[in-house]
Amino acid sequence: MSITHELMIAGFGGQGVLFAGKILSYAGLLAGKEVSWLPSYGPEMRGGTANINVMISDTMIGSPIIDNPTMLVAMNQPSLEKFEKDVKKDGIIIVDSTLIPIKVKRTDVKAFYIPSTKLAEDEGIKGLANMIMVGKITKELGIFDLEVVKVATSKSIPERKQDLLAYNLKAIEIGYNFIEG
Amino acid sequence: MTIVYERPKALTDTVTHYCPGCTHGIIHRLVAEVIDELGIEDHCVGVAPVGCAVFAYNYFECDMAQAAHGRAPAVATGIKRANPANIVFTYQGDGDLAAIGTAETVHAAARGENITIVFVNNAIYGMTGGQMAPTTMPGQITQTSPYGRDPKLAGYPIKVCEMLAKVDGTTYAERVSVDSVKSVKNAKRAIKKAFEYQIAGKGFSIVEVLSTCSTNWGLEPVEALEWLRKNMIPYYPLGVYKDKGASE
Amino acid sequence: MAEKVLMKGNEAIAEAAIMAGCRHFFGYPITPQTELAAFMSKRLPKLGGTYLQAESEVAAINMVYGASAAGVRAMTSSSSPGLSLKSEGLSYLAGSDLPAVVVNIQRGGPGLGGIRPSQADYFHATRSTGHGDFHLIVLAPNTVQEMFDLTIEAFELADKYRVTAMILGDGMLGQVMEPVDISRAGNVKTFPKEWALTGTQGKRSKNIVNSLYLEAEELEMLNLKRYEKYAEVGKSARTDNYLTEDADVIVVAYGICARIAKNAINEARKNGVKAGLIRPVTLWPFPKEQMKAAAATAKAFVVVEMSMGQMVEDVELSIRCSRPVILCNRTGGMVPTNEAVISAIMEADRTERS
Repeated sequence: MSITHELMIAGFGGQGVLFAGKILSYAGLLAGKEVSWLPSYGPEMRGGTANINVMISDTMIGSPIIDNPTMLVAMNQPSLEKFEKDVKKDGIIIVDSTLIPIKVKRTDVKAFYIPSTKLAEDEGIKGLANMIMVGKITKELGIFDLEVVKVATSKSIPERKQDLLAYNLKAIEIGYNFIEG
Repeated sequence: MTIVYERPKALTDTVTHYCPGCTHGIIHRLVAEVIDELGIEDHCVGVAPVGCAVFAYNYFECDMAQAAHGRAPAVATGIKRANPANIVFTYQGDGDLAAIGTAETVHAAARGENITIVFVNNAIYGMTGGQMAPTTMPGQITQTSPYGRDPKLAGYPIKVCEMLAKVDGTTYAERVSVDSVKSVKNAKRAIKKAFEYQIAGKGFSIVEVLSTCSTNWGLEPVEALEWLRKNMIPYYPLGVYKDKGASE
Repeated sequence: MAEKVLMKGNEAIAEAAIMAGCRHFFGYPITPQTELAAFMSKRLPKLGGTYLQAESEVAAINMVYGASAAGVRAMTSSSSPGLSLKSEGLSYLAGSDLPAVVVNIQRGGPGLGGIRPSQADYFHATRSTGHGDFHLIVLAPNTVQEMFDLTIEAFELADKYRVTAMILGDGMLGQVMEPVDISRAGNVKTFPKEWALTGTQGKRSKNIVNSLYLEAEELEMLNLKRYEKYAEVGKSARTDNYLTEDADVIVVAYGICARIAKNAINEARKNGVKAGLIRPVTLWPFPKEQMKAAAATAKAFVVVEMSMGQMVEDVELSIRCSRPVILCNRTGGMVPTNEAVISAIMEADRTERS
């Protein structure tokens, strides 16, 4: 039985949700899976809503559009409010608890709370909450190794920004190793 | 026996469709003589416009493209960018260049596109039977300005050389006429310079040639030349409007 | 196996164009095809080619006309409103029998419309891309890999037949990122262009590229000849079929709609409905024979498209309305849902076999 992971990461434009999705798609590709990455955003470059549909599958992907994600990553409150109802039963919702004060209402899904934005600020890597989420997603997906994600990250960061790679990798590790307490 | 006059090699021996007394024939000949003298016939590509000169592709003895109305500078850009070693010129009338093709003209100049434009200004749409052109002068009567061009209603004519001289990318802009033997010789000098600049890679050149349309002006050919001198030259002064190439 | 790279659809088209030998791109910025132009502006100068941002869509297509006339592989890309402007140049390209590749990453219309994906330019692409009697070859990819593959094919077909080949995508296919195997480019076919305006070089008589023919008899003759060529092209109409052998309901969809339809067909089959998909890969020529063949065994058709119903007319014409054809559509940038397609399939399955 083939498994298709349908991952939706949603937030404001500028939070890096598209890039986070790209890293995960790339990791899927490196892990030998079929992948697709489909963005949806408004015309404004910053501040509008942005969400990314990432599919990772063992078999050919049909439509790249995700109506019912198996995993929702909400990086702002409107995204959680808008997409919570769409998540598949027994699916996963990951919430940035720094920016979202409310809780997941559904009881038929597994909810994780991670203060990604605050963690990034505390660790001196402000702006990399998205990469902390990449680490957390990798952990909860459990379909490829952290190392694969790191390779994908290094391949996705353009040459002139390679000096930022270490910060990105650090962020991923923070997310991967985060324990809710 | 010495041959003192013959058809330039760069002109085909096709009989042109131009009206008797039309100065297009002279301007075609000048371009062809320049092509001969510069020895560029074998790597020259011309672009014909829409308008009276639409059949120019039949008259020049070199590779020729026919462009959509006003798009000759864009087509020439494509040809030149594909094979930069070729010498590419457009031959356009006033409606083609200064109305429907204004954007293509201005932006080819702005890019400093290394092409040569021969712009024939006769202040009227000839091919379609004498309508008001972008260069029709205030007060001038045409089929579509039957009471004379009223700038309040129809705006003012476009002075192409003056306009393009202000564009940084323009290398050379000169206005000449073909109303007399002397002015014809001068026009040839200017056209030759515009081709030489392209050969030297100096960029965008345009030569505006004041021309007659005796048919649509309703004048005898000699009267038309006189009309050009009396009416057009004062409004469109002859001379060099820009010559960046001279100082380079 | 060659290493796959993750690319956006728009980028895959650009990469393929470069691999097909295209070194001349003329464009004008418009959402949602911008990545294509950006990719070209980055790559072409390094390859000694030309990326030129034109002053208008009109100028861009006419620059393509010039470059193509000069014998090189040239391309432009745009989105719906831009194609309206390019119509003039497309007609002249056809009238002068020049090859070119044009991309339309469609968005919702009419007018300025929106920037969400659409298929509302189907008629424009296949029926009336400009004034006069002519056709483009219209190719409709449905994956990023296919955007790559079909772009290479577009350059080959354009040169082979001296026609414009259009890649008709949509905003979603332009933006989606998927793995692409670029080693599939293989040996790209090229064709001699003895008609090109390269300068005579003293070796031949002059060439003329022209679309003006004032003698009606001559113009008619040329049009008839061009349509003989189109008839030849028509033989290569092609589809990609999925589960059609035993299908009672045939879904016809192209581009992204075909992928949605495939999911819906799988769902319908789980519910015992024998549905199958015919995906036209060439929209012009339209695969009429394939439709006719399917009509012999299917009891009804469903057409899924992102327009008010354009391709549906070609399906009805192809099968001479011999079977019911149900339209399942969205417009204005909306995308048909899986559920909507499933219910259309169910409705089609309820029709009596005639």
